[in-house]
Amino acid sequence: MTSRPLTLVLSFALASTAPVYGVYAQSQPAPVPAQSAPAPAGQADQGLEADDAGLTGSVSADGAWQDLGIAITNFATDNDVPTQTNAGSTGALGRALSQVVASDLRNNGLFKPSGPDGLPQPAYAQVQAPDYPTWSARAANMLVQGYVRAGADGNLTIGCYLYDVQLKQQLMKGGWQVAPSDWRRAAHKCADMVYSRLSGESPFFDSKIAYIAETGPKDHRMKRLAIMDSDGANHRYLTSGQATALTPRYSPDYSKILYLSYLNGQPSIYIYDLASDSQKLIARTGNPTMAPRWSPDGKWILYSMASGGNTDIYRISSSGGTPIRLTNTPGISIGGSYSPNGSQIVFESDRSGTQQIYVMNADGSNQHRISFFGGRAATPEWSPRGDQIAFTHIAGNLRVAVMSPSGGGLRYLTNSWQDEAPTWSPNGRIVQFFRTEKTSGKSSIWQVDLTGKNERKLPTPVGASDPAWGPVRP
Amino acid sequence: MPALMTANRSVKTGTTVLLVAGALALSACGTKAPKQLPPEPGPATTTQTPGQPAGPVPGSQADFLARMMGSDTIHFGLDQYDIDAEDQAALAKQAQWLMQYPSKRATIEGHCDERGTREYNIALGERRANAAKNYLVSLGVDASRLSTVSFGKERPVALGSDEASWAQNRRAVTVTID
Repeated sequence: MTSRPLTLVLSFALASTAPVYGVYAQSQPAPVPAQSAPAPAGQADQGLEADDAGLTGSVSADGAWQDLGIAITNFATDNDVPTQTNAGSTGALGRALSQVVASDLRNNGLFKPSGPDGLPQPAYAQVQAPDYPTWSARAANMLVQGYVRAGADGNLTIGCYLYDVQLKQQLMKGGWQVAPSDWRRAAHKCADMVYSRLSGESPFFDSKIAYIAETGPKDHRMKRLAIMDSDGANHRYLTSGQATALTPRYSPDYSKILYLSYLNGQPSIYIYDLASDSQKLIARTGNPTMAPRWSPDGKWILYSMASGGNTDIYRISSSGGTPIRLTNTPGISIGGSYSPNGSQIVFESDRSGTQQIYVMNADGSNQHRISFFGGRAATPEWSPRGDQIAFTHIAGNLRVAVMSPSGGGLRYLTNSWQDEAPTWSPNGRIVQFFRTEKTSGKSSIWQVDLTGKNERKLPTPVGASDPAWGPVRP
Repeated sequence: MPALMTANRSVKTGTTVLLVAGALALSACGTKAPKQLPPEPGPATTTQTPGQPAGPVPGSQADFLARMMGSDTIHFGLDQYDIDAEDQAALAKQAQWLMQYPSKRATIEGHCDERGTREYNIALGERRANAAKNYLVSLGVDASRLSTVSFGKERPVALGSDEASWAQNRRAVTVTID
């Protein structure tokens, strides 16, 4: 169980020579749809910025850009040499890179890309000079090409280009230098670049997920802390399973994970440091603690503590110190998710008799209920965009739903027997959650976009629950 | 901790016992003969289990389980944590045993059914365990002898996804510490 410090090796500025000439950073995705994307009236994805006012908006992946024909080709190399990656030589790595880009764009229901299999393979020299007639003949609207080069130090330089075939124009390019172990990140950055340029949305593929890996029978299930990339790759277990682990949350800088463990017998929140593979209790209370959460800036931790059967929400500095109690009502107040600017917290409480959703200021003042639509409402998570709150609605079945921060515009995203614990993609366009099968109790992680239409199961080696999606990596 | 109740978990039968004003005096009613008398004069005087000549060591968890005959566990309604009359009878029986062995400590485990969210269920299980603990304390058991732990919905005993299974899983189980 070695720990690999998350050293950031990506460099947007491609400080290198051929074949990239004009190099520019792709740090700000242009919020402009591709010119060639047809945008029929009424279909365009306008009104995304639904605010606090109870709008139902925010439906992504419903635009016409979804139907764009995007060809994704094998990334070429100037020299097919061995690499230290698990993909093989630079030639094989180029193929693997393009496959990751294609599956990112395809698996999220956002686009219907073709390739890299079955498409012409551009030569290295063509990466910057696409053979437009070939792609026009294939009815491709957009073309993604790229290259990979091995450096003398073992690092890799990967370039990614997006072309508009009809306009015969380069729309975007990006280049990254990565360590061999991080080659997939370059592919995710490329997919993010294409996605952002074509949809106008913020990127999200280059991100990671902490979750609970589950194995064994229903009454003796082992639950281990685990992490993976947003596409399920680079899977890794962090705990052995001897103590049940639940409800992880990645810190905003990915250096730590908060989670619940039964290590000392009582459910208690630990802060796990990924660089040192060590952990410590966040608070020595002698009472059970649960439901850990980070503030968006990583400076604060929310947790809930039970005392005498009553549970309340506390806040503590992530560097330690004295906890501050935020709720103080009879019953169970639990969880908590900060608004993106950190000024408010949405949480769950049964102070009215059943689980419902409340909002308070970050200092605990002005607590007020926002869910008034029947049933029970639990596990609220504030969207990183601020415009929606995802939660679990319990009325018979458990379903994932969204509403505005004022409690309006209830909309279900899923309809299954038991879906719970939503977590947002970094750009607030997709929600992951876990689904439990009736009787067997087997769990798996799923994701769905805000239309509720594009739903898919994430590939995990074993059963999976409690996904916690971290931010886009820098 | 896995050495808990496996056998006598299904139904809350046992003798019908009335609790008189929180006191420990139990009066068995109905036609069934009482299985045991409330205050044992001393250990090892009973010979009520002819099938097992040895029997569990008095004061052990095995003894507790054998004596409780299912009353080591109390059950709750959906989303509830109140101690009803049936629970009171079971807890009175537990208290009686605990008073008889005053050096024994016990942990009360709170559990929930699978039809709730994970975090809330941990808090709810804690609340149920506390309700049981508070009742035992009200019967005279020293609070320092009792601890609680919640397993939420993570450790079901009944594995189905139906009302009967859920009813069995909404429970608080007293486990004495050997």
